[in-house]
Amino acid sequence: MDKFDTLTGIAAPMPLVNIDTDMIIPKQFLKTIKRSGLGVNLFDEMRFDRQGNENPDFVLNQDAYRKAEILVAGENFGCGSSREHAPWAIKDFGIRCVISTSFADIFYNNCFKNGILPITLPAEAVDVLMKDAEKGANARMTIDLEAQTVTTSDGEVFNFEVDSFKKHCLLEGLDDIGLTMAKADSIKTFEAEAAQARPWV
Amino acid sequence: MSPKTLYDKIWDAHVAHEAEDGTCLLYIDRHLVHEVTSPQAFEGLRMANRPVHAPDKTIAVPDHNVPTTPGRDDPKNMTEDSAIQVAALDKNAKDFGIHYYPVSDIRQGIVHIVGPEQGWTLPGMTVVCGDSHTATHGAFGALAHGIGTSEVEHVLATQTLIQKKSKNMKVEITGKLAPGVTAKDITLSVIGKTGTAGGTGYVIEYCGEAIRDLSMEGRMTVCNMAIEGGARAGLIAPDEKTFAYCKGRPHAPKGAQWEAAEAWWKTLYSDDDAHWDEIITIKGEDIAPVVTWGTSPEDVLPITANVPAADDFEGGKVGAAQRSLDYMGLTPGTPLTDIEIDTVFIGSCTNGRIEDLRAAAEILKGKKIAVKRAMIVPGSGLVRAQAEEEGLADIFKEAGFEWRLAGCSMCLAMNPDQLSEGERCVSTSNRNFEGRQGYKGRTHLVSPGMAAAAAITGRLTDVRELM
Repeated sequence: MDKFDTLTGIAAPMPLVNIDTDMIIPKQFLKTIKRSGLGVNLFDEMRFDRQGNENPDFVLNQDAYRKAEILVAGENFGCGSSREHAPWAIKDFGIRCVISTSFADIFYNNCFKNGILPITLPAEAVDVLMKDAEKGANARMTIDLEAQTVTTSDGEVFNFEVDSFKKHCLLEGLDDIGLTMAKADSIKTFEAEAAQARPWV
Repeated sequence: MSPKTLYDKIWDAHVAHEAEDGTCLLYIDRHLVHEVTSPQAFEGLRMANRPVHAPDKTIAVPDHNVPTTPGRDDPKNMTEDSAIQVAALDKNAKDFGIHYYPVSDIRQGIVHIVGPEQGWTLPGMTVVCGDSHTATHGAFGALAHGIGTSEVEHVLATQTLIQKKSKNMKVEITGKLAPGVTAKDITLSVIGKTGTAGGTGYVIEYCGEAIRDLSMEGRMTVCNMAIEGGARAGLIAPDEKTFAYCKGRPHAPKGAQWEAAEAWWKTLYSDDDAHWDEIITIKGEDIAPVVTWGTSPEDVLPITANVPAADDFEGGKVGAAQRSLDYMGLTPGTPLTDIEIDTVFIGSCTNGRIEDLRAAAEILKGKKIAVKRAMIVPGSGLVRAQAEEEGLADIFKEAGFEWRLAGCSMCLAMNPDQLSEGERCVSTSNRNFEGRQGYKGRTHLVSPGMAAAAAITGRLTDVRELM
């Protein structure tokens, strides 16, 4: 997995609440058996019309935001389906960090498996960051995962919380499966005990 | 011993390892797999040369992207992308030696219907699947939730998940439901009250007289939509109804093992003085038959209400409500029952079980549809066979419904079962998101009886008028 330590980049504002995974990557793009190449279809039905023409009103179609690496979004971002195609599409587009007041549980977990940092902040902080993002390409935000801070283009700093284990994995780019396999003995012991206690499982 | 919730008890029975910071390896008893979110996970195993850790606890069935029309045993009758995903699952099931129900098997169906039907899902288990509606299995008092593809790979490789414990929420539905009110109305009403993010960070236990009174099918409907309320999982404590449902299923324990299992299952309830981080109580008699008007499952109103205006809401919801009204093509103040519809879809892991089909048939008997298109997609081949045996299929066909083969179908519309632009659908599924059932398609979520009623009148209808 790609590491995430610090990021300075353009932030795109998406103030809409309840941005769901069907919006992030509509189901017609779930037909792939690969993880790659989904960035061109990110937010497809908001970004393009049926003929594939860009919708000029959509934020990522505006010149200032075409190279955005951060999203500042309304509450409950990523609700809906468990499809990991959503973070795959976000990452493939080039976005490495999403900031919101809240995230749906499965999407939030999926981000960490893909080198994306989801940041949860109180509404007042997200309001400030949303306004900063609205300034366009010249306003670049900085994320520092080690320090757990987001810094606006004006230098205003917000501290965020993140689970220590998830932070560690993201900073080091660690593979979860490898880490768990190192605990194979615990799993074996558990299986032996469970086979006694609940043999019908 | 300190008092525990049902969730606490199941959690404690499955922790294989706990780190100092509380990060746990949770052991997984059943891993359900389908064709859309698993190919990349199996590919990951191959690249790392890893086997499936517990193939006997892993069950695969294609459902999301399969056609629901006849002749689908032949890949030539599938779209190319469906055929590729189904062939990949065929191969992965064979190569890794996991249990498998191909489309040609009568037991094939929606993964969350097949699991309970075959007795894979049992009380006190941990159940995961690369699908958010895994919450369905919580109806058995199993801790069940959706995971992403990376986690699918993690479970395949290790039979565990890296987890931190969620908080406990109790949702109590007291008293009796009024006639015409169903499990779907309960679960939608809860989301209408808590919002789609209200359950974030929690595992919900549904309890109370109205929940106890539900059949297993109804309980599955309630738990199915726990995810729509943002919760990691929904649970209902197992009882005699649960045991009766499980007994005799192909993969349920038998003989002495059944006795031992049932004895343990009877300990799976929340202790009287257990700690709840949040408690929500709704009176059963206050719940009406409901319908969604917008593009979020929280946009719930009684069928007797009118379309709301954006400024009825607060904060970020004002803009979202306006966007929903525009998308749905609705004018504030319009009675919901004046909204004309084009299409009716009855099916999905929310409402594709035999009881749902019976409820629809009761309304449809001897009637004809007044919509352009109406479709019933049973949740499994066995549900389909039972509905045919009970004569329900004839009622549907005579009413003008298409009678399909089992699958997810128009719930997520990955296969050709889709709405066209602007088409308005009344659906027994679980999501009314923009584009969910087809590009610019419009979805109103309801119970099976309400869907049948709408099919007959051609507009959103209070099912109680037809009872």
